[in-house]
Amino acid sequence: MLHTTVNIAGVELKNPVMTASGTFGSGMEYSEFVDLNRLGAVVTKGVANVPWPGNPTPRVAEVYGGMLNAIGLQNPGIEVFCERDLPFLEQFDTKIIVNVCGKTVEDYVEVVERLGDCSSVALLEINVSCPNVKEGAIAFGQRAEALYGITEELKKHARQPLVMKLSPNVTDIGEMARAAEAAGADALSLINTITGMKIDIHRRTFALANRTGGLSGPAIKPVAVRMVYQAAQAVKIPIIGMGGIANGEDAVEFLLAGATAVSVGAMNFANPYATVEVVEGIEAYMRQYGVQDVKELIGAVR
Amino acid sequence: MKKKETAVLLSQEKIGPGIYDMWIETSLAKEAEPGQFLCVYPRDKSTLLPRPISICQVAEALKADGRNTEAGSAERRGRDGRGALRLVYRVAGKGTAEFSGYLAGEPVEVMGPLGNGFPLEAGRGRKVFLMGGGIGIPPILELARRLEAHKQIIVGYRDSNLFLAEDLEKQGELYVATEDGSAGTRGNVMDAIAANGLDAEVIYACGPMPMLRAIKRYAESKGIPAYISLEEHMACGVGACLGCVVKTVEKDAHSHVNNARICTEGPVFEAKDVEI
Repeated sequence: MLHTTVNIAGVELKNPVMTASGTFGSGMEYSEFVDLNRLGAVVTKGVANVPWPGNPTPRVAEVYGGMLNAIGLQNPGIEVFCERDLPFLEQFDTKIIVNVCGKTVEDYVEVVERLGDCSSVALLEINVSCPNVKEGAIAFGQRAEALYGITEELKKHARQPLVMKLSPNVTDIGEMARAAEAAGADALSLINTITGMKIDIHRRTFALANRTGGLSGPAIKPVAVRMVYQAAQAVKIPIIGMGGIANGEDAVEFLLAGATAVSVGAMNFANPYATVEVVEGIEAYMRQYGVQDVKELIGAVR
Repeated sequence: MKKKETAVLLSQEKIGPGIYDMWIETSLAKEAEPGQFLCVYPRDKSTLLPRPISICQVAEALKADGRNTEAGSAERRGRDGRGALRLVYRVAGKGTAEFSGYLAGEPVEVMGPLGNGFPLEAGRGRKVFLMGGGIGIPPILELARRLEAHKQIIVGYRDSNLFLAEDLEKQGELYVATEDGSAGTRGNVMDAIAANGLDAEVIYACGPMPMLRAIKRYAESKGIPAYISLEEHMACGVGACLGCVVKTVEKDAHSHVNNARICTEGPVFEAKDVEI
């Protein structure tokens, strides 16, 4: 009997595998391909206090081993989310983690307070790291003082535990992780996408209308593993690791680096069954090496 | 129901400069409608994303006694198995370049059928234009095969390489335009309408954005509906990533903003509903 449960801020997940925000909608689209009951948690697309239209197209571009996106956090707003998306997810035996975005602290507070009434929501993931919107988001995630400030403020308003999603576009990830922990964050998730650019040499223009975008996919995995390791060395709160995870072996690498759970992001696009294959891949690894409890893997490489 | 499966390549040939004609055996043929598309996954692991390719022709699987198609053809062999789909595509990068090298018998990873397809009821029994430009021509073939109407098929090419024209002329009155004037009307599909004095009650179209903009203006000036198939860079193909949106005149029912997902609410939109 394999023990695959992990615990994030008092929330027990049946296994350490979840979806990465923005790559899985609110679960409905991929539920045609995978049984959401198999996942530790579903992390939703970022939701703001009001609907956001997002950026002009092209919003996505493929690069070697990955992709760039500049969606710009298009979302239908918290009311539609609560009336339509949340009831859909509540049908499944998986934990619901809602990703929250905003332009101002007040925007975040409004969403966090609204979600406080939703008992089905297990955790809130605070997006302070989207590189593709001009206001808010990453403005809070690239300076330790700003990250401390918003974390401390949201902790006053949140009923659910807070997961602060960190940006890799910083000099010292350990300093950012410590700032979030000191301000009361219950967990961290990292990494969000790495800022990048692609130029179309035939048309002599930017591949994305937004010019810059966030790089994701297997191309960023070594950067993500390094940052998860450094953050895990810096703090005691649990870490959700992500960045290019395609299979169980990739997921185990993040666990060994110090992550308590992992998220599958861009690889859902390359393989709509990726999440469940990661669940099965971790179990296969555990059987291969006689690991009884997945928690034995967390931070086992120091 | 959408699904991803391993199809088998039945045949492939080059039918124009950089343009390939592929038949694959796949159970996705059972539910495929004209105007829908497939995501095709390259094997090259440096390519993360599937390639969206429109469905050119559908051959549903036949029961054992229903064999009436040309013996030995890829279409026939597909019908004997799971059913078959024809994909006609242009090599645009390393993913499609990889596909163009596939040989009969090789596996092809596909997901679909995706998107809404053309609304057949809008044109049934009416006088219609079926318009295709360049690599937008392929989905017009299955539409022409399935639509019962007075069909005027108007297709625009760069030059006298008139790929799919032989298939199209079996489905209705065919009018050709070429940019270099080497066949049909010199110019584009709009020039072909004018030169032949054509009119219609409903338009269906797929092609490059300047052509679709011209058709939107033409349809508005004539007060007739035009159903246009759009394309945009896509990632997931199933409506999750919000990469491939088009601006809409009204707020979209799913997004609650003036953006609709081309992969899910589209790729076919009524021209008056979108800002292109």
